[in-house]
Order: sequence, then structure tokens, then C-alpha cells
Amino acid sequence: MTESAGNKNEDCHAANGVKPGKNGMVKNHHHHHQYQKQEKVYHAACNGELYSRPFIESFEETPMLVAVLTYMGYGILTIFGYLRDFMREWKIEKCHIAREREEQKDFVPLYQDFENFYTRNLYMRIRDSWNRPICSVPGATFDLVERSSNDYNWTFEYTGRVVKDVINLGSYNYLGFAENTGACATAAGEVTVKFGVGVASTRQEMGNLDRHEELEKLVASFLGVESAMAFGMGFATNSMNIPALAGKGCLILSDELNHASLVLGARLSGSTIRVFKHNNMQSLEKLLRDAIVHGQPRTHRPWKKILILVEGIYSMEGSIIRLPEVIALKKKYKAYLYLDEAHSIGALGPNGGGVVEYFGLDPKDVDVMMGTFTKSFGAAGGYIGGRKDLIDYLRTHSHSAIYATSMSLPVVEQIITSMKCIMGKDGTTIGRSRIQRLAENTVYFRRRLREMGFIIYGNNDSPVVPMMLYMPAKIGAFGREMLKRNIGVVVVGFPATPIIESRARFCISAAHTKEMLDRALDVISEVGDLLQLKYSRHKVIPSLDRPFDETTYEENEE
Amino acid sequence: MASGQQWVLVEMVQAFYEAPAYHLILEGILILWIIRLLFSKTYKLQERSDLTEKEKEELIEEWQPEPLVPPVSKDHPSLNYDVVTGPPSHKIIVNGKECINFASFNFLGLLDNERVKLKALSSLKKYGVGTCGPRGFYGTFDVHLELEERLARFMRTEEAIIYSYGFATIASAIPAYSKRGDIIFVDEAACFSIQKGLQASRSFVKYFKHNDMEDLERLLKEQEIEDQRNPRKAKVIRRFIVVEGLYINTADLCPLPELVKLKYRYKVRLFLEESMSFGVLGEHGRGVTEHFGVNMDDIDLISANMENALASIGGFCCGRSFVIDHQRLSGQGYCFSASLPPMLASAAIEALDIMEEDPGIFRVLQDKCKHVHEALQGTPGLKVVGEPLAPALHLQLENSTGSRTNDLKLLRAIVNYSLERHIALTLARYLDKEERFLPLPSIRVVVTVEQTQEEIEKAAQCIREAAVKILK
Repeated sequence: MTESAGNKNEDCHAANGVKPGKNGMVKNHHHHHQYQKQEKVYHAACNGELYSRPFIESFEETPMLVAVLTYMGYGILTIFGYLRDFMREWKIEKCHIAREREEQKDFVPLYQDFENFYTRNLYMRIRDSWNRPICSVPGATFDLVERSSNDYNWTFEYTGRVVKDVINLGSYNYLGFAENTGACATAAGEVTVKFGVGVASTRQEMGNLDRHEELEKLVASFLGVESAMAFGMGFATNSMNIPALAGKGCLILSDELNHASLVLGARLSGSTIRVFKHNNMQSLEKLLRDAIVHGQPRTHRPWKKILILVEGIYSMEGSIIRLPEVIALKKKYKAYLYLDEAHSIGALGPNGGGVVEYFGLDPKDVDVMMGTFTKSFGAAGGYIGGRKDLIDYLRTHSHSAIYATSMSLPVVEQIITSMKCIMGKDGTTIGRSRIQRLAENTVYFRRRLREMGFIIYGNNDSPVVPMMLYMPAKIGAFGREMLKRNIGVVVVGFPATPIIESRARFCISAAHTKEMLDRALDVISEVGDLLQLKYSRHKVIPSLDRPFDETTYEENEE
Repeated sequence: MASGQQWVLVEMVQAFYEAPAYHLILEGILILWIIRLLFSKTYKLQERSDLTEKEKEELIEEWQPEPLVPPVSKDHPSLNYDVVTGPPSHKIIVNGKECINFASFNFLGLLDNERVKLKALSSLKKYGVGTCGPRGFYGTFDVHLELEERLARFMRTEEAIIYSYGFATIASAIPAYSKRGDIIFVDEAACFSIQKGLQASRSFVKYFKHNDMEDLERLLKEQEIEDQRNPRKAKVIRRFIVVEGLYINTADLCPLPELVKLKYRYKVRLFLEESMSFGVLGEHGRGVTEHFGVNMDDIDLISANMENALASIGGFCCGRSFVIDHQRLSGQGYCFSASLPPMLASAAIEALDIMEEDPGIFRVLQDKCKHVHEALQGTPGLKVVGEPLAPALHLQLENSTGSRTNDLKLLRAIVNYSLERHIALTLARYLDKEERFLPLPSIRVVVTVEQTQEEIEKAAQCIREAAVKILK
């Protein structure tokens, strides 16, 4: 698979600096033509001929000083954590933690002491950046319920006021279908009045409605697969169906950054699980080769089957899976591929067909096409698409079809209507233009952030935009300062990310207007200066005439 | 002695000088070799049988995986679902025939309640359908907080937490507390989502015979002896009893007062799954705790889904804040899943309103349950399994044919016969290979408050006819 000649292929942008970082992740150096330095660029896993479009992904390395300061920050927090725990123990400081009942004091403690150290002493300080309640549609802007805390975030009080018109950079509303007006809401409303919201039975018993079957046919045609099945919860789609596909004697190869639902599904299946480095094809190939050559541990029996679990877009990294290479590997080694398109369906590809369409590949090459309706479709639930024999098997063996209540019908209607809109089946070009808009917004937003000097992770075309904060104190500060300026952002730290790589995450939506994005960018820049977040050492000079791909913003909009 | 030793040393040094160079070099090499052998890693078995690249390629070429899924025959009994057109309410159209619904868990008939529908509609007009995010990331809506507070108040507990999927509720709650090395005592008849929770927790699972408190006590005693043998370990092993209030698989009640006694005697925490009993049992529909008059605080965690009595979607856990709050960061199905669509939360709030305004509804349901239980007695060839109070009964064959497939075929024939005569019934479905203790094949009969006296008589009559005709 290795290809040595660096520039053999002219449009081989898939520059992949295979240089394991400190935390074991592959850092890919971002570069442009004019900044290309030969000695820094490794084309070891380029496989440029597999890609129909440029694949530009960057993970700028953490500056050494920042890394040191971040570790020091955690060190200080930990010392103070112990100090405060000590003071709580001796009742010098008031303790807000909920206590065990007197009657059950002599039971084995429900939680180990150290178990909640992190929650008590680190999370609690910046808890106000999460679980912020909203009281409107989670669209391009939303209204937040104002809350305040008088005891350092141990409890919240609702002030009764509403923070209006906060720009929403947090919700996964990629195509802007989170709406309370328009075709989707109208259709869902009609169904609510006619059918009610519940179903009160499972698919196999008395909960299989014709609307469910219609939805599944539509999903199959949207994905370009033979058959599909829909489930009531995205998380459960993974955790309840992977066990039906693999079992004892099977091997699951899972990306190290896969979502908790995939990990749980793999674990419940009882298969052997091996983890490869994030989006690293050499690591995957090595595992595949070793698995087939050595067989199962100890007995050396050949594996029954090998299932590769990957996601389309990784929601914390903003990276896009190297699908053409995965498919080439899967074919070479006769493995099966399970692709989770939770974030990519609708959000990638010229027709919203997800990562498969984005790379111009054949959906038949992916054995299990999984995705959710929560994000691009503004609904809830998940689906699995694939060959008819696969779906027939799931219909008879999926835990969900037998034990879980069927999908709510207004939700089904929302999906049907939004999906038809995306496919252009409603006779309008609304869906099409939203997809276009999302792609434009994404490229614009990412480019502007990079020009400002922030470290941005992930693929240029990914609407998930992680921006590095690194230091624990900046997590809370960034979230609060942004909200002060009426912008809602998501900040994440350990354990959702590696310990020093705390970040803010923006999710771009087609519903964002140019004005909103510009306003958000101005504020991010302001807060970035305030908190000194412009870490990047690869300064990108803002240039108007730099050739971009077909989704570039027009120059006059700059 | 001392001088003798000295002499030996001198002799050795002399011998060293006199020895020829080749001899010294040889010995030097030998010493180095010994050192190398001492410090070199012990070799692995794999290295010894190192395969050449060519052999590896051959192995890869030869390997043939099993198909992703085994083939399913076209006439698999559960491949062709019954199709419902129109609302799945009291009058239901199954396979094109209008029937009276004896199959959906819509116990209180709230599924097509106008008030619930209108509340859901107005919520839809305010919030849209989806939440576009998990609870942590702007997926918390004011209605979620309201519903949690209402549920906690309804159940008279400190705190409640909602999940967006009924099945995921207890399946996420169990592994949030019980980890590797901990011990869970479970009733054999526990439903599938409990089983999945046990599996996800990776704890030791000890099954006791269904509703057999002696068997449970035997296991607890065994553990006590084990603990005395190893008191240090015993101090950190958490123990739980997980039971259902009203078992979905057997339609009978758990002996809750005895369980509470055992809980305190052996210091084990008690988790209670109430999907079938919440909104059904007790004077105010609070479930099995109210039915037995057990103090809510004696149960560590109660979970139930909102898909049966409340006729919405999702599930909840409630209990003391000390216990429940932990799930907000540790319940996988809570943290990592999109939150419940706000319109479904609003519908559940309205349903709770109705339940609180008119507690008489539970009396009506309980009377209907008794009535159905009675009406089904004496059906030839079929036996009624379950308590008179259970809203979802099972009809099992009195005499099995000896094969599960044939039993299911007979029961399916009865279901079809009833469907033809406008009575909607269904078989209870299970994953035969995945269930830990597979329940016997049965027809599910669900009671709702909307079923009239006549309809119940008609259904019982119809089942009787079918049984006579089909079972001979």
C-alpha cells in the first residue's frame, strides 16, 4: 500500500504526515501549495489515486510551552482539589455533595471516593458551560433559560429571565431542519393530531405501521441500498445491532475515537475487539494482516469474520474517514465494513448522501450503512441500510425490533418530509440549496478561523469545527465569555478528549447566515485575543485570490 | 588459611599472564556470550515460527470469512410483520381489518387522548421535532426539566432523570453503578433490557429462581460466607438486587416487602424495573411500591418507561439525588444520546396531569384487568398466566406439542382467527437464542381502560372459539 513518490499524483493533497504525536494520534500537517515544504511532507499513505477530490486534513501539533502549561494547570487543580477535599472532610468548607441515607451508611459505598474526584473538583468549577437549558427551536439562533449559581455551580437557580437570540454554534442542526414552521413541522403536526405520539408496542408485535415501512423504503432509496430499517434511538441502533452481526470468534476492528455506542455494541457482541489508531490506514492494515495470519489467540483458529467499525465524521476531531482506503483494505482482506454516518449523512456530499457520496464511492461497497436522524434531519432515531439479506436478518434478530417500542409517528413524519426535501422529491430546490449553503459556510468558517491564527482540527469540508483551547481554565472561560456576547458554543475537555487537548466545538449549519457567521467570528476573535487562544504557528495569510475548490465563497464577500 | 588463599590468587594472576592470547580472546568471547544469553529477551513462540511474506500472503489469500449474516428463510415467522394502518389506538386497523386492540400497551388509553395530542402539537409549534443534540450540548429543553420535576413529584422521590428510549433506561442505569467485580442478584424472569444492562456492567450475575425468596436468600448467604472469608474484598464489592415490579414475561408481581427485608438484612441495594406497573398499580398509579405500601426511599432506584401507561416515548429513573444524579455523567444512554424530542416530553407531562387529576382511572383499569383475567379462565387448551391485576397477560398452551415452532404455529393460528373476527392480539416475541431463560410461547392479551364489558366478552368468546377449533 505504500507509495513513495511524493508528487507522482498532481492532485494528491492527501498529505499525511505520519508522525505519531505524544498521545498516539496521527498528526497530519496541513499545508498549501505555496507553503509546501518538501522536508515536512510525507506521502507515505497518500493513495492519491483513490480520492476523487482533495483530502485536506490538519491536526497542528500542540506547542510545547502550551502543553507544559496545561499539565501545570491540571497539577494545580489537583492539588487544590485535595486541599478542598481535606477541608470538606474536616467541615471547614461547606459540603454540597448529596449524602447517603443514614439507614444505608453501613452498606458498601455506592461510589468509590476517588471516582468522583474529577467531578467534584474540576467539572464542578465549570459546570455552567454544559446542560444549558434552552426554550426555543434549536435553530440558527435560540433562547436560553437564564440560570445563576450562588454556591459555585453546586446548584442552579432559574432567574426567570430568558437570554434571547443567542447564535447557536452548538446544535447538530447541519441542514437547518430544526424548525417549528415549514413543511416538516406542518406534516408532523398533522400526524400528531391524527395518530398521537406513542405507539405502545414493538415492531414485531403491534407497532409496525405503514408509515414505518414507508420511511424504510425512502431511507433505502436515499442511501442507494437494497433495503433499510429504522430504529427509535441512534445510540441503540449501534449498541443493539452490532451484537446481531458479530459474536464469539469474530474480530471487531474499531477506530480509537469511535463513539461510545459503537464501543458498547462491540462489547455486548462478545467478539474480540482490537483498536487501531484514529484514521490511520497503516495501523488498520497491520491489524488486519496480523489477524488473518495469526488467527484467534491461543487456538490459532481462523477468525469467523472481521468487522471494521468506523464513523463518517468524527464529532470531536472534525475528521473525515479515509473511506476509499478503508474500502480498498476491506476488499483486499475480505473484512466487513460498518460505517456510522451519524454526523455525515446529509452533511456531506453534493446530494447530502454522506461520506460515501462525498468520495464518489459505491454504497454497495459498505456492508452496513448506519446513521442517525437526529442531526441533519432534525428528528430522532437511527437507521441501518444494506443488502436485503442483511436487513431481513436484522428484522428477525435485532433487539430493537423485538423489545423496543416503535418510533413515534410525528418523528417519522419529520424524517420523511425532510428527507424528501433533501432528495428534491418535494418539487423544490430547498434541500439542494441547503446542502450547498452548508458546504459554503463550512469552508468559509474554517478558513476565517485559521486565518485568525486559531488551531483548528479536522477536515476542511467537515461542518464539525474543533478549535483548540488546551488549558482547563480556558474551557470555562471561553464558554462564559462567548455566552456573555450572546453566542452559544460547546466546550469539551477530558474525558471526552485527551487530557491536554480541551477544545471548543462549533457545528456549522445551513441555517446560519453570512451575517451570523461574521458576527460569531468577530466575537471568537475578540475572545480569542482576550484568552490568548491564537496558538497557531502556521500563520495563514488572508489571501483573496488563493484558489479554493468549487465551494469557495465569492471574493466580494470577504 | 589466609596465606594459602593469597597464594591461590597470585597463582591465578600468574596463569592469566601466561595464557596464550587466543585462549584469552576465546574466553572473553564466551563470557560475552553468556552475558548476552543472560540479558537477551526470552523469545516468543511466534517469533520461532516466523512466517515468510509469501506464506503470509498465502494465508491471507486462503482465508474465507463467514457471511456477514446467515441467510434467513423467506417464510421466517417474524419476517412478515403485521401492518397497522391508521392510529394504533383502541380501534386499530391491522392488515386492513379494523379490530379492537388487545395488543398495544396503551393501558390508560392516553395514546389518542385529545388533550395529550394538543399539548404535543403546541409543543411542536414551539420547539420543532428534534433536539439536535445530547443533554449536555444544548439538548436540554425547559420541558425536560419540567418533566423530570413532575415525575419526581409524582413518584414522591427526590429526583428523576429521563432517557430518550425506554429500552435504554434500565440498560444504561445498571452499568452506571455496577462495575466489573460487583455482584448483581437477578430474577430469572427479568426482561431483556435488564439482561443487556447486566451484560454491559460486566459484573458477576447470580440468577435466583423466579420470585423465590428462599433461593435468593440462599445466594445471599453464600455470598455472606464468601465475604467472611475475604473481608477486605467484601468492603468494596457493591451488591445489587434487580427485579421487576410486575414481570412482563410472567405477568406476576415481585414480593416487594420480602425483598426490602432481605435488602436490609444483607445490605444489598435494590433496583426495581416498573415499566409494566407504573401508571397501573396502586391507588395513584405509582406502581408496585404503592401497591404494597412500601416506603419509596427503601428502593434505591426505580426505572420505568414512558411508552406504556404514559403512551409517549422514552423512559425515566427516579430515587434519591445521591443515587440518581450520578447517571447524569455516567448513564451512557443519557450522556451520549440525543435528548427526547420536546413534544414527546410535553405529551408525557400532559399524561401525568391526567393521571393526577383523575386517580379513579387506575381503579377502572384494575377492575378491567380482573375482569379479563376471569373471562379468559376455562379457555380449553389454553392457560392464563399472570396475576388478576396484571394489565398484560399471557395465554400459554396447556399441552405443548413438544416443539417450540409448532406451538408458535398453533398460537399464531389463534391470533389469526381472532384478527379475522376483529380482535387484535399478538404473540409475545422473544429472541430465542439471546434470552437467558426463554419464556414459553404465548399470546399476549393487553387490557386497557377503553375496552368495554362487551368487547372483553367478545374477545374472550372469540379466543375460546379459536382454541376449540384450532387446538381440537
